[in-house]
Amino acid sequence: MSANEVVRVEGVSKRFARGAVTALQSIDLSIVEGEFVSLIGPSGCGKSTLLRLIGDLTEPTEGTVTVNGKSARRARVDRDYGIVFQDAVLYDWRTVAKNVALPLELAGWGRAQRAERVREMLRLVELDGFESHHPWELSGGMQQRVSIARALSFSPSILLMDEPFGALDEMTRERLNSELLRIWETTGSTVVFVTHSIAEAVFLSTRVVVMSPRPGRIANVVPIDLAQPRTAATREDPRYFELVTRVREALHIGSDREEPLARAVER
Amino acid sequence: MVDEPIPVEVIPRGGLGRSVGRRLRDWIPAAAVLVLGLVIWQEAIRVFHIQRFLLPKPTSIASQFWDDRSNLWHAGWFTFQEALGGFALGSAIAILFALVLARYRFFGTALMPYAIAANAIPIIAFAPITNQWFSGGITKSSKIVIAAVLCFFPVLVNTLRGLTSVNPRALELMESYAAGQVQIFRRVRIPNALPFVFSGLKVAAVLSMIGAVVGEYFGGAFNALGVLILDRARTFQFTAAWAGVFLACLFGIALYAGVAILERLTLRWAPSTSE
Amino acid sequence: MAAIASERPVPRSARLRDGGGQLALVLAVALALWGLWEGYRWIWVKTGFSWPFPVNDTTLPHVHTIVQALFVSPQVGGPWLLTTLFHNALFTAKEAAAGFALGAIIGFTLGVVLAHSGILERGFLPYIVASQTIPILAIAPMVVVWVNPRLPDPLANWGAVAVIAAYLTFFPVVINTLRGLQSVDPQALELMRSYAASRWTVLWKLRVPAAMPYLFAALKIAATASVVGAIIGELPSAISGGLGGAIINFAQYYSFQPQNLWATNLIAALLGIAFFLVIVFVERLVVHRPPEELV
Repeated sequence: MSANEVVRVEGVSKRFARGAVTALQSIDLSIVEGEFVSLIGPSGCGKSTLLRLIGDLTEPTEGTVTVNGKSARRARVDRDYGIVFQDAVLYDWRTVAKNVALPLELAGWGRAQRAERVREMLRLVELDGFESHHPWELSGGMQQRVSIARALSFSPSILLMDEPFGALDEMTRERLNSELLRIWETTGSTVVFVTHSIAEAVFLSTRVVVMSPRPGRIANVVPIDLAQPRTAATREDPRYFELVTRVREALHIGSDREEPLARAVER
Repeated sequence: MVDEPIPVEVIPRGGLGRSVGRRLRDWIPAAAVLVLGLVIWQEAIRVFHIQRFLLPKPTSIASQFWDDRSNLWHAGWFTFQEALGGFALGSAIAILFALVLARYRFFGTALMPYAIAANAIPIIAFAPITNQWFSGGITKSSKIVIAAVLCFFPVLVNTLRGLTSVNPRALELMESYAAGQVQIFRRVRIPNALPFVFSGLKVAAVLSMIGAVVGEYFGGAFNALGVLILDRARTFQFTAAWAGVFLACLFGIALYAGVAILERLTLRWAPSTSE
Repeated sequence: MAAIASERPVPRSARLRDGGGQLALVLAVALALWGLWEGYRWIWVKTGFSWPFPVNDTTLPHVHTIVQALFVSPQVGGPWLLTTLFHNALFTAKEAAAGFALGAIIGFTLGVVLAHSGILERGFLPYIVASQTIPILAIAPMVVVWVNPRLPDPLANWGAVAVIAAYLTFFPVVINTLRGLQSVDPQALELMRSYAASRWTVLWKLRVPAAMPYLFAALKIAATASVVGAIIGELPSAISGGLGGAIINFAQYYSFQPQNLWATNLIAALLGIAFFLVIVFVERLVVHRPPEELV
């Protein structure tokens, strides 16, 4: 493992239902510190499963997952990563502040420390002033920001995100994309980001991993060489459109066997 | 939406069949508990010398039950008729009420606090009064009324919930077809409500038998099950009393099972039945 | 600054007006029901219908007769009926509260245990469900005879009745606790797993709070049930201090003074409602939820 390799997935396969369903087949992936890696692909390609394997929320049938030089299980127990789901998964019975403080409570932080960190985090996601609100009083976008604040509260070096903005409208999504990049720069963490959206993947990432289904595997990896920091102007850069097209083509090639119709419609 | 199955185990929810399991194998723990329970009961009485008249052995109850079966059966049948009558009456009125309240929402909001208050009233306390209404309680009618009132609320609440918890999109769809209220009820609300109705009917089935037996305490025909059980308890024939209790249980379970079977037949098209 | 998505709190004047409107509605319905009662009575007396039952002062007294009966002494020179019934109600309330607490604690604990073990759940759930088909009054005499002598003196008279109330409370609490604990979103469980949280932590920080709405729904049912259980429990044991005893007493003399039994039922109803309202109040304090259905 090279010095700053953060995630290493080697020869990983995952089968469900007593071997009847192969979600992932022989996956090899290496992620370096500070990267923003997107996993993109159609339904059934295993991207969410791969994310969960990295987070030790499920175990590989074959192969190994190494995180920060340790086993995925050890990394989970050591709280090396924070995770954000498509649903904000906030507890209705806790205020925003208490929701963000949840992992800190579980880690045994003292009350004063928690309060301070919560304040810091909420400021980071631009929700200061909402400490005493309840989740149902917030919009979807605000809830996701709380979820991100919670994931980062204990300063993990890795952030795992499973289509976090999937349930939001386009405008909110674009705005949160910019905010996420800002947070990423500020914290210097490594992000593994699962998404359905090509535009989002290209805008956010340093690398896009294109996956294809049946069985789930990595079809292609597209490095994104757009300038940092990315802004609204980036979305109008010709290079951006080129990269979007490249990713789209990689997706089609990957699922070529299954969806020849898509190509025909494209033409 | 997650594409792949989430590997975290989701505990099945739903009816008894769902939580216990359809396979015969899943019922083994329940059977084991039954056998274990009976054995402990039998042995504890022997070991602790628990007096027979307080807690008879299961075997004695079983033999008593068998010996006395025709007496018990007639008494049980009599009481069961009261329960059944109350069940039918209370449920029917409750469903009608629910239909009206679902159609004219205003009455629902107006009556809500009273419904909640009425639900908090110990209905059984009215048993002496209903006895007065119907020739001193010798006939079945007074217990039928008690059982009916007990059945009314669970069926009303559940049916109403079923009629009103319709997906707004489904309603919008019907309105886009310019469907009238009657149509909406027939095609959307009522089918949606059926699982809820059966949920309520199952609760009512159990309550009706309890209502009939308990109502008989305040006065009933001499050949009614509740009167019989109490009579034997008072004269310290506890084995015979327990045998009567056992029969009351059986009738209650039978009514519940009847409703469950009816539910299974009616809701064959539904993907799941609620508890 | 980010847009605030929450609704503005309703201004105080609007809320008061709304509250006033609701109160007016409640009173209007009360008057309507009173009118219905007296109207039905008047028609049946006038026409002499005897279906479903003949209506007269004994079978269906006037509402005002019933209310007035409370402020009269049933026995010459004795206290008002209301005073006597109040003490009876307190007696029954004590039994019901003890039974409720006992049944709720046992039910909750059992619910937690069953939620954590599939085998135990499959083993015991059928019996818990079946236990509700037993007519409790039938075994009440035996419960009373068996339990009372085994209780220390201060509890001796009413302990068995509390047991009966506990029996009635137990079932809804177990079922709803179980359902509530199992109602947790799988992703919330994944989140806890990502924090390497122990089973105990998951229970107390996630499952139990998630189960609170279910638990309180059951407690509301149980509150009423324990009052009913206490009243019924008093009947076979001929305990005269409670409402059950009062019911038996006034039932005997019903033909002479029917309004006393009705008045007793009224007080019993108020007791049941009072228990229910206590739970609603506690729920308001404990459960911070978005406003939902009342029932």
